[in-house]
Amino acid sequence: MKLVTAVIKPHKWEEVREALAAAGVAGMTVTEASGYGQQKGHTEVYRGAEYDVSLVPKIRIEVVVDDADAETVVSTITGAAQTGKIGDGKVWVIPVDNVVRVRTGETDESAL
Amino acid sequence: MDTGDTAWLLASTALVLLMAPGLAFFYGGMVRSKSVLNIMMMVFYALAIFPIVWFLFGYTMAFGNDVGLGLVGGGEFIGLRGIAPDTLTGTVPTYVFVVFQMLFGVITVGLVAGAIADRAKFAAWMVFVPIWVLLVYAPVAHWVFAFDSADGSVKGGWIANQLGALDFAGGTAVEINSGFSGLALAIIVGRRVGWKREPFRPHNLPAVLLGAGLLWFGWYGFNAGSALAANGTAGLALINTTGSACAGILGWLAVEFVRDRKGTSFGAASGAIAGLVAITPSCGVVSPMGSLVVGGLAGAVCAWAIGLKYKFDYDDSLDVVGVHGVGGIVGMLAIGFLATEAGLFYGGGLEQLGRQAVASAVVLVYAFVVTYMIGLAIDKTIGFRVEEDVERSGIDQAEHLETAYEHLGGGSTLGG
Repeated sequence: MKLVTAVIKPHKWEEVREALAAAGVAGMTVTEASGYGQQKGHTEVYRGAEYDVSLVPKIRIEVVVDDADAETVVSTITGAAQTGKIGDGKVWVIPVDNVVRVRTGETDESAL
Repeated sequence: MDTGDTAWLLASTALVLLMAPGLAFFYGGMVRSKSVLNIMMMVFYALAIFPIVWFLFGYTMAFGNDVGLGLVGGGEFIGLRGIAPDTLTGTVPTYVFVVFQMLFGVITVGLVAGAIADRAKFAAWMVFVPIWVLLVYAPVAHWVFAFDSADGSVKGGWIANQLGALDFAGGTAVEINSGFSGLALAIIVGRRVGWKREPFRPHNLPAVLLGAGLLWFGWYGFNAGSALAANGTAGLALINTTGSACAGILGWLAVEFVRDRKGTSFGAASGAIAGLVAITPSCGVVSPMGSLVVGGLAGAVCAWAIGLKYKFDYDDSLDVVGVHGVGGIVGMLAIGFLATEAGLFYGGGLEQLGRQAVASAVVLVYAFVVTYMIGLAIDKTIGFRVEEDVERSGIDQAEHLETAYEHLGGGSTLGG
């Protein structure tokens, strides 16, 4: 099993959700996040005082899938979240040892 | 008693009361989310303690018969003794006048809190307010607001009577007074941790705009109510208050467009307040066209003046000096030029301008010096400043055992 984590632009979230649903992904965890990469931040001005705001709002998506589905999920997210401009985000994949469904106690693939 | 005057002053008093929560929101939105309850509580505490001090000693110090030289009122109204429901001040019941005047002081001391937001011990503030009311606000209110009675039997303060400076609703007693008292406290309490290094972003600008709107609403009572009558002067004050607030917004935004090429919502809210501050002393003596000049000038000058704290390195957190101190001076001096009766532009010569400058300068120096001494005494005894780790982790939690918001999820807590 694999954990696919994606950090994307907030305004692309709806498109990514729809694309993942169309690709058959049944569940995910989503959080509002802050961060920056090459995009860095931006400047804000309050009563004339300029502040460099380094953290940019992002959406973080986490999906646990079968090994075989990981590639599809990554390409689905990448395709839906891409604008071609700086700040589009990152997607990464890491292996998962165990999964337990809390309600039934089922484990691993049958718990997904 | 005049029922029309009384009805209007009752309504005005209620309007001015709303300025306290208005100010609390105006200030509350400007601070970081970890200290919003503290600054709102500083304002609400002023609303609680000021009236009690006013009933006991403040009112008689401000409006009792002058003890000599126009410096302070006598003690005949200690505990409001001798005042009954049928006692009159002018054409209105004295009880209404007592409360109306009281609320001016509530706002004034509430304004001072903005200079030391984010870092003052609440207990120190609790001690500071009543002392400041007695040593600073009540005497200055006497100088400015206590007029000699028509028959000469009751004497008032030196600015209103001997000097003859014009201050309709408190450019000196409220605005310059709060601004330079705030400067003194900001110096005593010291700069916030992270001053000039970390961003102090306002955490809720919609609250700032709401607060500015409520203040404007209340200011109609503050200024038009200061006519103490339902008459043409109240109407003049009303229209001038409107004109100056509008022009203040445009004046502030003009500075921003030149400097940043954008207009900010924070700037618009601040410009409205700057315009309202400057028209406070002048709303009864300038024309509606004059009010546009007063407001536009105040908006532009205050937008510049809030930068002074970076140059001179005092941390007036919420710009009480730049908006209320400087805005008050702009309004007081503008009278010398634009007053339709005595102003320079209306052929009045330099005499009135000189009186306005003297009144402003004396109140500025008195407020700064006496507040500095009170602040120093409190700082040397109980301490005025919270510990550094309290300031970093959040003064709300440490001083009030509360936090304003429940932070769930990842990003929302990262911005501070």
